[in-house]
Amino acid sequence: MQPVQLNESLSRVTELGIYAAMLFYAAAFVMLSMHLARAASEKKAVRATASSLSKWGVNLIIIAALFHGVGVIGRGIAVQRVPWANMYEFTITSTLVAVVIWIVAQFLRPEVRFVGILISGFVTLALGLATTIWYVQVKSLMPALQDYWLLIHVSVAILGTAFFNIAAALSIAFLLRSAKWVQEPPKALAKNSAFKLFKLILDRFPTMQRLEELSYRFNIIGFILWSFTLIAGSIWAEHAWHRFWGWDTKEVWTFIIWTIYAGYLHANSTRGWNGKRSAWLVVIGFAAIIFNFTIVNMFFKGLHVYSGLK
Amino acid sequence: MATSQRSKTEGVKVTQESIRRPADHVSAADETPSEPKLNLFGWLRWIWRQVTSMRTALILLLMLAAAAIPGSIYPQRSADPNGVTTYFQQNPTSAPIMDKFQLFDVYSSSWFSAIYILLFISLIGCVIPRISVHSKALMAPPAATPTNLSRMPAFKSVKAGPKKRAAALESARAILKKKGYRVSISDTSVAAERGYWRETGNLIFHVSLVGLLIAVGVGGAYSFSGQRILVEGDTFVDNLAGYDSFNPGIAFTESQLPPFAMTLNQFDVAYDRTNKTNVGTPLWFRAHVSVRTPGQTTGTKYDIRVNRPAELTGAKVFLSGNGYAPVITIHDAKGNVAFSGPVVYLPQDANMTSLGVIKVPDAKPQQFGILSFFYPTAGQLSTGAFTSVYPANANPLVTMNVYKGNLGLDSGIPSNVFSLQVHGLTQLTGGKTGVKSIQLGLGESAKLPNGMGTVSFDSLRRYASLDIDYNPGQVWVLVFALLALGGLIMSLIIPRRRVWVKVTGEAIEVAALARGDDPQLERVVADLSSKLKPKKSKPSGDDLASNEKGD
Repeated sequence: MQPVQLNESLSRVTELGIYAAMLFYAAAFVMLSMHLARAASEKKAVRATASSLSKWGVNLIIIAALFHGVGVIGRGIAVQRVPWANMYEFTITSTLVAVVIWIVAQFLRPEVRFVGILISGFVTLALGLATTIWYVQVKSLMPALQDYWLLIHVSVAILGTAFFNIAAALSIAFLLRSAKWVQEPPKALAKNSAFKLFKLILDRFPTMQRLEELSYRFNIIGFILWSFTLIAGSIWAEHAWHRFWGWDTKEVWTFIIWTIYAGYLHANSTRGWNGKRSAWLVVIGFAAIIFNFTIVNMFFKGLHVYSGLK
Repeated sequence: MATSQRSKTEGVKVTQESIRRPADHVSAADETPSEPKLNLFGWLRWIWRQVTSMRTALILLLMLAAAAIPGSIYPQRSADPNGVTTYFQQNPTSAPIMDKFQLFDVYSSSWFSAIYILLFISLIGCVIPRISVHSKALMAPPAATPTNLSRMPAFKSVKAGPKKRAAALESARAILKKKGYRVSISDTSVAAERGYWRETGNLIFHVSLVGLLIAVGVGGAYSFSGQRILVEGDTFVDNLAGYDSFNPGIAFTESQLPPFAMTLNQFDVAYDRTNKTNVGTPLWFRAHVSVRTPGQTTGTKYDIRVNRPAELTGAKVFLSGNGYAPVITIHDAKGNVAFSGPVVYLPQDANMTSLGVIKVPDAKPQQFGILSFFYPTAGQLSTGAFTSVYPANANPLVTMNVYKGNLGLDSGIPSNVFSLQVHGLTQLTGGKTGVKSIQLGLGESAKLPNGMGTVSFDSLRRYASLDIDYNPGQVWVLVFALLALGGLIMSLIIPRRRVWVKVTGEAIEVAALARGDDPQLERVVADLSSKLKPKKSKPSGDDLASNEKGD
C-alpha cells in the first residue's frame, strides 16, 4: 500500500473558492435583507424594485455555491478522499449541502426563499470560522477513520444537520412572528420606526401555521437521517472500538440531540406544547448540534474527537 | 372520529391541534376538568393515565436529554476510568461528594435509570391500548361519511348533471381503490381511508425500542470485554488469568471464554514520510497473529487492523493500541541476572515518546526500581532534554532514572506495573541527584550507579494492545434498531387520510381529513373532484395556494 499523494498547494488554491463563496454569501445576505426592507415598504414604487433584489439574492447564493463547490471538491482531490474527516472539511461540506438543499427547496416551494437570509448569514459565519481557526493542512486518514462507514455515517450526519439547519431557521422565523413583544408591542416600541419596519418584514414571512408545518417537514427528514446516523455510527463503533455503544462524549451528545428532537415530535401532538414550545425545542435541538460540533469537538475528551486541531 | 361531529370553527381548530397527533392517541389531559372523588382504584387509574400520557412521555424525554449531559462533562468510570482517578486526585474534597450522586457513573446511576425506566413504562402503557385500537381499525370498514362534508379541512363541491352524479360514486370507488384506499360504498356516498401503515409503523417503532432495550440488557449480561497487551513473539492463552483487565457482564461464566491461544508474530506499522504536511501520521497498523484452537497443530493466521477485528468463534479480537517494548537485561552487583525481558512502554505523545517502569525486586544486595523513557527517534531540545521527533524507530534511545529502596511488592497489595511509587525511595540518577541519567542506544549497556550492577538495551520489539470482546445481544440490537428506523420512516412519511365523496341534489362533494401531517390533502381533493367531473373544474395550477389552509 502506497501512501497517498497529498497536495497542500491545491488545497490552498481551492480554499480561495471558499473565500469567494463567503464574499458572495455575504453579498446575498445584504441583497436579501434589502429585498425584505423594500418589499415591506409602504411606497408602491419601492415595492416594485423588491422582486428583482430577491432574484439577485438567490442568484448570488447560487454563484456562491458554485465557488463553494470548487472549494469542497478541490479539497477532496487534494486529500484524495472524502472531504469530511476534520472540522474544516466537515464545515465546508455540510454548509454546502445545506445551501444546495435550500436552493432546491426554494425552487420547489418559493415560500422558503426568505430562509435564504438566515442561511446565507449562518454559512458566511461558519465558513469564516472554518477558514480561520479550523483550517488544517492536508492530512491522510488516521487508521481508525479508514473505513467505508466514514462515507455513510458522516455523509448522512451532514444531510441530517443540513435539514435541521433549515428547520431551525424556519422555527426562528416562527418564534419572531409569534413573540408577544411583536404581536402586542408596548407603546414606546410600537412607535419606533425600526420596529415598524421589522414588523412589516415579519409580515412578509409565511403565516405562523405555515412556518410551523414547513419546519416540521424539514425536521422529520432531519430526524430520520439523524436516527440513521446513530445506527450507522453504532455499527462502525462496534468494529472500530469493539463496542456498539460506550457513552463516549460524542455518542452522548448524539443521543441528547436525538432525544430532544424525539421530544419535539411528541410536543407537536401534545396540547399546550405545540406552537411556541415546540419551536423552542427545535432551536434548542439545533443549538445542541452546534454545541456537539464545536465545543464537544474542541474541548471535550473522548474517542470521537477528530477536529484535527492541536 | 369525534372531530367530524363538531361545529365548523371548532372542527377546524381541533384539526389544527391534531396535526401530527398520532392517530388514535388518547390524551389523558383532556379528561380532567373537574375531578370527582376518587377511590383507591380511581387514583391508580388516574396515576396510570398520567404516566402514559403524551405529556409525561415528552417531559421524561427532555429529562433524559438533560440527565445525559453530566456524563459528557465529568469523566465516567465506564468510558474513562483513568480520568476518574485523576479527577479524584485533583478534587479530593468535591469528588467523593459527587461520587455519592453517582456523577462518575451517570448512565448506570439510579436517577438516570429511573428516568428511562419510567419512560419505557409510559411507552408500554401508551402503546398497548393503541395496538388494540389499531388492530380493530384494521378490521373495520372506513369511517362512515359525515353529514356535513363542508366542515372538513379540505372540501370541494362541483355542480354536476344527473348523469355525472349517477356515475360519480362508482368511478370514485374505482379511483380510490386503485390508489390503495380501503373503500366502502353506500347509496349516496363513498367513504375511503388510506395510510394504515402510518400507525402500524409508529407501533413498530415503539415496540422495537422495547426490544432494543431488552437486547441491550440481556446482551450486556452475557457479554465480556477483556484487554491484553501482547509483545511480538508472545502468546496469549484465553483464560481469565491471561487478561490484563477483564470486564464481564453480570451473567458471565468463565466457561463462555472460547479456548484458543494467540501469538503475535509481528506488529507492522507505517508512518508517512513523503507528504510534508503529514509526516509521522500513521498510515496503517497491522497485527499479524496466529490463533490455535484445541486439536489444531498449525495456527490460523489473521491480519488484525483497526476496523478489521479477527472474528473467532465466541469472541472478536480488536486492535486498540500499540507501542514499543525494549528488551532490557539487568545484572545485579553479584553478576546474576536480576531482570530480563521486554518492557512495555506506554506512549505519551504522537511521536511515541514512551514511559516505562522496571521493578527489580530480586536484585542483591538491595532491590531497586527504574523510571524510564524511550525515544524511537531521539532528538534533543535546546534545553538539552530528549524528545522523540518521529514515531518510527530511526534512532532509538532509552533513558533511565534509578531509585533504590523498598518497592513495596512484598506487602501483598497488588500494585500497578506501569507506575513506580517513588515516595520513600532514594533517587540515584537524573533530576537533582547530580548524576546523569543512564542513556542507552540499541545494543548498548551501562553501569548502574553505586556498583549495583549493569543494564543493557538488547533489542527492540513492538507490542499490540488487544481487546477481546463478545456480546451475544448485539445482533438483536441491530435488528431492533433497523426495525425501529423502518417503523419511524413509515410513521412520519406515510400520510393517513380519509376521503369522502357524496352526491347531493345537484353537486358532487369531495372532502378529506388528515390524521397527522399531510402535505397532499388539498391536492388529493382537487385531483379527485376534477376526475369525477373533468370538463369544468380544472385543478388550480398554483400548488402553493392549494397548500394554504384557511379560507
